[in-house]
Amino acid sequence: MSDTTATQTPPMGALLARWLPRAEALLIPLAALLCGLAVFSLFLLTLGKSPIDFYALIYKAGFSTAFSWQNTLSRVAPLLFAGLCVALPARLGLVVIGGEGAIVLGGLAAAVLGLAVVGAPPVIGFVVMAAGAALMGGLWIGAVGWLRFKRGVNETIASLLMAYIAIALMNHLVEGLFRDPQSLNKPSTAPLPEALRVGDMPIGIDVHWGFAFGVLACVISWVLMDRTTIGFAARIAGDNVRAAQVQGLPVGKLIIGFTALGGACAGLAGFFEVSAIHGSANGSLISGYGYTGILVAFLARHNPLAIIPVATLLAGFEASSGLIQRRMDLPDATILVMEGIVFVVLLLSETLYGRLAIFNPTFWEKKA
Amino acid sequence: MSHEPALSTGAIGVEAVSMTKRFGDFTALDEVTLNVRPGTFHALLGENGAGKSTLVKCIMGFYHATEGGLLVDGHEAFVRDPVDAQKLGLGMVYQHFTLVPALTGAENLLISRADAPGVINWRAENARLEAFLDKMPFRVPLDRPTSRLAAGEKQKLEILKQLYLGSRFLILDEPTSVLTPAEADEVLGHVRALCEAGEISVLMITHKFREVTQFADDVSVLRRGKLTGSGPVSDLSHDDMAQMMMGHQPERKEINRTQTKGDTVLSLRGARASDRSGLKSIDIEALDVAAGEILGIAGVSGNGQTELMEMLTGQRRLLGGEIRVKDQPYGASRAEATALKVRYLPEEPLQNACASRMSVAENLAFRLFDHGADGRPKLWKNTRQILDNAKARIAEFNVKTTSPHSPIAALSGGNVQRAVLARELTGDVDLLIVANPCFGLDFAAVAAIRGRILEARNKGVAVLLISEDLDEILELSDRIVVMSEGRIAFETAAATADTAEIGTYMAGHA
Ligand SMILES: Nc1ncnc2c1ncn2[C@@H]1O[C@H](COP(=O)(O)OP(=O)(O)OP(=O)(O)O)[C@@H](O)[C@H]1O
Ligand SMILES: [Mg+2]
Repeated sequence: MSDTTATQTPPMGALLARWLPRAEALLIPLAALLCGLAVFSLFLLTLGKSPIDFYALIYKAGFSTAFSWQNTLSRVAPLLFAGLCVALPARLGLVVIGGEGAIVLGGLAAAVLGLAVVGAPPVIGFVVMAAGAALMGGLWIGAVGWLRFKRGVNETIASLLMAYIAIALMNHLVEGLFRDPQSLNKPSTAPLPEALRVGDMPIGIDVHWGFAFGVLACVISWVLMDRTTIGFAARIAGDNVRAAQVQGLPVGKLIIGFTALGGACAGLAGFFEVSAIHGSANGSLISGYGYTGILVAFLARHNPLAIIPVATLLAGFEASSGLIQRRMDLPDATILVMEGIVFVVLLLSETLYGRLAIFNPTFWEKKA
Repeated sequence: MSHEPALSTGAIGVEAVSMTKRFGDFTALDEVTLNVRPGTFHALLGENGAGKSTLVKCIMGFYHATEGGLLVDGHEAFVRDPVDAQKLGLGMVYQHFTLVPALTGAENLLISRADAPGVINWRAENARLEAFLDKMPFRVPLDRPTSRLAAGEKQKLEILKQLYLGSRFLILDEPTSVLTPAEADEVLGHVRALCEAGEISVLMITHKFREVTQFADDVSVLRRGKLTGSGPVSDLSHDDMAQMMMGHQPERKEINRTQTKGDTVLSLRGARASDRSGLKSIDIEALDVAAGEILGIAGVSGNGQTELMEMLTGQRRLLGGEIRVKDQPYGASRAEATALKVRYLPEEPLQNACASRMSVAENLAFRLFDHGADGRPKLWKNTRQILDNAKARIAEFNVKTTSPHSPIAALSGGNVQRAVLARELTGDVDLLIVANPCFGLDFAAVAAIRGRILEARNKGVAVLLISEDLDEILELSDRIVVMSEGRIAFETAAATADTAEIGTYMAGHA
């Protein structure tokens, strides 16, 4: 029984075993995206609109010129962070969909802290604002993880409900305690001084630093998940909690840690929105980036590196919303309908994993 | 529509014709032809990874054979999926449980029916189930979630389910691994009687020659995917079967016990916890295991062994008392387990000790990925080390896998077991806690694994062996205790153990 020839594998088999799963993880979401867009085209046809014009406009408004790229890239940052808020807990098998709440409260924290440190050197000001936003978001989503671990509360529902609470809380504070009396028809906190506004990167087009930090956060998250022992432990716990417990792994700390980290990312999205875009915290923070982030993470199959191109693509969609509205006489929400359809098709495609013959080594074996 | 359960209309024969199944470039089945005549009890033997489960999964439409065909009742049949198989009267009890854990036994039975009603009239259904159970050779509590049932009870329920569905050809994949010998004899006796009555034909995968001789009419043997022998059981001796399975006569390597009993390593004092149902309690007054000793815990499944294991692995909170290892309080954290060199081999390792979506290599790395040789925590995962370790363990423990990168769930049952044992027995070990380590292993692997456990004992490891297989307890232990109703009911030295006496305590009659 110690004859091992039967167990030895020619390199071809090992290669297939390694690469087919990766091809699967890339091609299935891609196909789902295309199918979703096809279904959405049918929807446009029923409205009497041309899908070709529609997608041409997306390309034009999102990806054709330096100006349209500027339009797109300035929207990528919050999607990167919001995507991470879903992807990091997903490593532990948790589906957190309430990133919007952490964005909103993170933004509020940044605005309030920014006003508190007016006059301090900008570096300190930025650090305080960013740290405060991350802490706020981390506490908010970390609490979801804590509820999950300690009390068995479903994290999906808890995070969604907490997002509503966060939005209500922000509205309440912006209209009351933190309201700038000068903000008349749109209650806001007082505007941040110019020194505490995050500026654009020196790359020729007007894209603020949030993009660079978002990409950095994705890379760091990837390293954490894929290269560190912590990410490895998280995968074990996400795959089989019982096995993780028998190994004595700190399942609770991992759950709370990864949810908090995801929340911190969403909080940073809020910081950049306030400091780079709006200049103060107000209702504009409730922009739906948190929800689009869910789609980003699922399309990227919770791989932080894949989040970067996916977020860029979706940012392009969102950037074209205005132009589509004007040129095609379609409501603003059309892009949301498109995203929704893609998401449903994507969720359906989850059932395909492991079922398609072309991703089974046997298929290629027969060909060879 | 009313459903009258379990009235099969007679046994049918099934023949696999020249079946081949490849996974990638690995041939798990190589032109296997096997004929189960109507109304007979056919045993299928083979080492771990020989392809037994693969063959029956091809019959059941769970896998599709790469080549070859299937005759059911003399007609060519194309089984696309297990639902098709059920329509043809083919039923199977899988090696791993397929019950829905959150549902009760009754609910599991009901939803397994293809014609499960949309609205369930529980009063009527319960009455029918009762009537059905009355005709059955054994009973299982049907009113509680199956997750609360012990392994033995789950297995009985799986068999009941198939009878309930009215299968006329029944495949049993190692049905008795979880049963005590007496239970196994009882169950198989009833299955055999159903065969003789012409109600069903049976194809049973097993590793136990005794069951083959006692219950089967015919036997077929697989070795590395090929059929190496087939014929009436009466023509074959155990040695013949072993020869067909292994390709050579098995060599018996006796491992002598060396006298090494040392200091107490594990000790439980008044350790209490609630059981799975939350209604009863587990209460271990005093339990000690010394270095160089194997303490066997015997007992019928469902008497608190699972809970005891969970208490020891930190999965079940203690309500009182304490667990100490080397005289230090022990809470089973990773740091404690690493420092005190405690290792575990839980039962059903795929469910309890593996991450099924991760690769074999990754699963083999669970004990070593997060700290260096010096025991200091490590931040960076070392992919090279993980792969090297995997290759070494796979070779050393003879784990059969297509590649270290394959998902561990693709391994045969016995090989998952070996992989986990390989992981847990590598490095310095002072306390090894094992539950049903030979569940589903072929005799060579059983010998190998028992050998490893004895070897560990001889090296001075304290071993706590929880097993529902009394023969295993008697063979391995230095000291035996019997667990019944969550308590230690009896203790004896293995050398002077009286099997009958142990049996009475196991049955709770003492
Ligand atoms: N889905 C799969 N993908 C790849 N290889 C597989 C798959 N299923 C089984 N194998 C391989 O096929 C071989 C036969 O496995 P099988 O489960 O049939 O063994 P078995 O005879 O039932 O063994 P055991 O007694 O351990 O249950 C094993 O080497 C296993 O690794
Ligand atoms: Mg098997």
